[in-house]
Amino acid sequence: MKASRVLIDHGSGGLATKELIEKIFLKRLSNRYLSRLEDSAVLDGKSSGRIALTTDSYVVDPIFFPGGDIGSLSVHGTINDLAMQGARPVALTLGLILEEGLLMEELEQVATSIASASLDAGVPVVTADTKVVPCGKADKIFINTSGIGMVPEGISLGADRARPGDMVLVSGFIGDHGAAIMTSRANLSFSSGINSDSAPLHRLVERLLDRCPGNGLRLFRDPTRGGLATVLNEIAQASRVRIAIEEEAIPVRAEVISICELLGLDPLYLANEGKLVTVAARECADQALEAMKETEEGKHAAIIGEIMEVKKASGPRVTIKTSIGGTRIVSMLAGEPLPRIC
Amino acid sequence: MTDFAKGMAQGLLSKIKDASSGKPMCFMEVCGTHTMSIFRSGIRKLLPREIRLVSGPGCPVCVTPVGEIDQMIELSLLPGVITATFGDMLRVPGSTYNLSEARARGAEIKVVYSPADALEIAENNPDKEVVFLGIGFETTAPSVAATILQAHRNKLKNFMVFPSHKLMPPALDVLLSDPEIDMDGLICPGHVSTIIGARAFEPVAEKFQMPCVVTGFEPLDILQGICMLAQQVSRGENMVENAYRRAVSWDGNRRARKIIETVFKPADARWRGLGTIAGSGLEIRKKFRQLDARRHFGTREKTVPEPKGCQCAQIIKGMALPSSCPMFSSACTPLTPVGPCMVSSEGTCAAYYKYGES
Repeated sequence: MKASRVLIDHGSGGLATKELIEKIFLKRLSNRYLSRLEDSAVLDGKSSGRIALTTDSYVVDPIFFPGGDIGSLSVHGTINDLAMQGARPVALTLGLILEEGLLMEELEQVATSIASASLDAGVPVVTADTKVVPCGKADKIFINTSGIGMVPEGISLGADRARPGDMVLVSGFIGDHGAAIMTSRANLSFSSGINSDSAPLHRLVERLLDRCPGNGLRLFRDPTRGGLATVLNEIAQASRVRIAIEEEAIPVRAEVISICELLGLDPLYLANEGKLVTVAARECADQALEAMKETEEGKHAAIIGEIMEVKKASGPRVTIKTSIGGTRIVSMLAGEPLPRIC
Repeated sequence: MTDFAKGMAQGLLSKIKDASSGKPMCFMEVCGTHTMSIFRSGIRKLLPREIRLVSGPGCPVCVTPVGEIDQMIELSLLPGVITATFGDMLRVPGSTYNLSEARARGAEIKVVYSPADALEIAENNPDKEVVFLGIGFETTAPSVAATILQAHRNKLKNFMVFPSHKLMPPALDVLLSDPEIDMDGLICPGHVSTIIGARAFEPVAEKFQMPCVVTGFEPLDILQGICMLAQQVSRGENMVENAYRRAVSWDGNRRARKIIETVFKPADARWRGLGTIAGSGLEIRKKFRQLDARRHFGTREKTVPEPKGCQCAQIIKGMALPSSCPMFSSACTPLTPVGPCMVSSEGTCAAYYKYGES
């Protein structure tokens, strides 16, 4: 009889584990590396360039949210971490920690979502692991994905490369993921109609690098936890510059603004899972904007500000010109009162 | 913001400049939401130099005394108790630790956005006792009162409220009676006024010859409020004006006040920084006493001294700026707050820290 819930047996390494792997994962994720079920995947190394390697863990609550779920998020998030270094993602790993009692149906749904995100992005899951912990020792499902990618010759990006005169761009509406997660939490009784922006960004990055060759693009960052404000502060610190942005230039959906007002949040600090920030030399900025706008992921892209000389007295910082014409400092996220978001 | 609104902002700023005409003026924004909005929109930097804004006691989390926080922590750690609270309370330091750490020590604490959510938690957990931390001013009191009425009607045995509500007008009276406080006008709280009405500030305006303007929270609302205050000062007037008519009426919301009166009665309450103020709190009436967590668990508030060196008490009164506190942004940050003004997102120190004002 097929178990309707994940049991401790499924993590025992015996028959139940084998069944779980075959029926849930191989059925959906099978490829020539994963299907060998060896202890490690041996990849064909044809590409030249440097190797990029990243890892990320996903403990999002709830596991299903408007616009995605923990499965697609874990694929997109790791692909994006590779892409932010200009790497072309090659392969992903998948580590799952399942809580005893998780509905098999939910696990199937997550596995399907991982498979479809991986297929859509063209990045296979080549090795995987599953563990089951007793009820209450985890929250439904935790996922760790690592990713490996190749950085083509000639690409050099870094948060320390922003220079005064450069422009700051964002690839679209900010705050969608954070707002979607918060409004889908069980204790909020309204729905907002906002979907998570979870999406892979490697194609957008590739297009940007193609269209703006040379070193005109200084860096890419994906503003996940801590949001746009935190990423901009990291760039300002690493490059020892001041970043001046304009409130009215930042793309934020009206619904997200409303949710933020209702919950006392600031869209600048909400997580994004399908957006990137880039800093471009002034002469490349328009071209970069155009390149982004041609893509689905970047069609709402905008130039939101510029890099300035740091003032000696104040040090590196991010300032925003408010819509009313005032200016204020945009600080890093310093802890939040709400439960974890991703 | 549309060009029209920007034009209005410019117009208001030049009117403020005309009204103040170089004369120093100091206005207190009583409400924490005003403090945040003023920082977020960068209004301070747009105002003429001679106009100074100070933040008042208008953050309910900030004025909750340490002893009460300790009581809440103590309750949260009792077996079989679920504590439901607004998120802001989690990191408020008690005398030894906070609710967030209590949660790490096994307390079951749930963040809710409305007291009705806490009621639902009680309904879904009949074997547990659910305590909602009733923190807030007149704005939140009606919804908590309505929840208590509903729990009473439904004969819900496992839902309770830890009453810690505060009332604004008595606190303003005490604050302005302090001879050290020198204020030219009050930006009166818009949310609180939806319930108590603009008229509630009349006694304060009269007794202290204090211009009062009930003000909304959008940047234009705030400029409008400041403009009306500056004009009153320049004309030598001291009356209550309402700049937030789209939400606040002269008489306020009678129905909401009726619900508060049905469930609560005024009681003396302790405020951090201001001490005990007669009639500035709300006690649950006897009829509903089974819903009063303080009575049910028989907890007593211990007098706990304020953290050493913390200047929250002075800051709440608008008598000190966060930057003059030796702990500000060194020992005391939003991640490791010493005093309550650093914890709540609407606390004065948190606002100064977040927006980098010195």
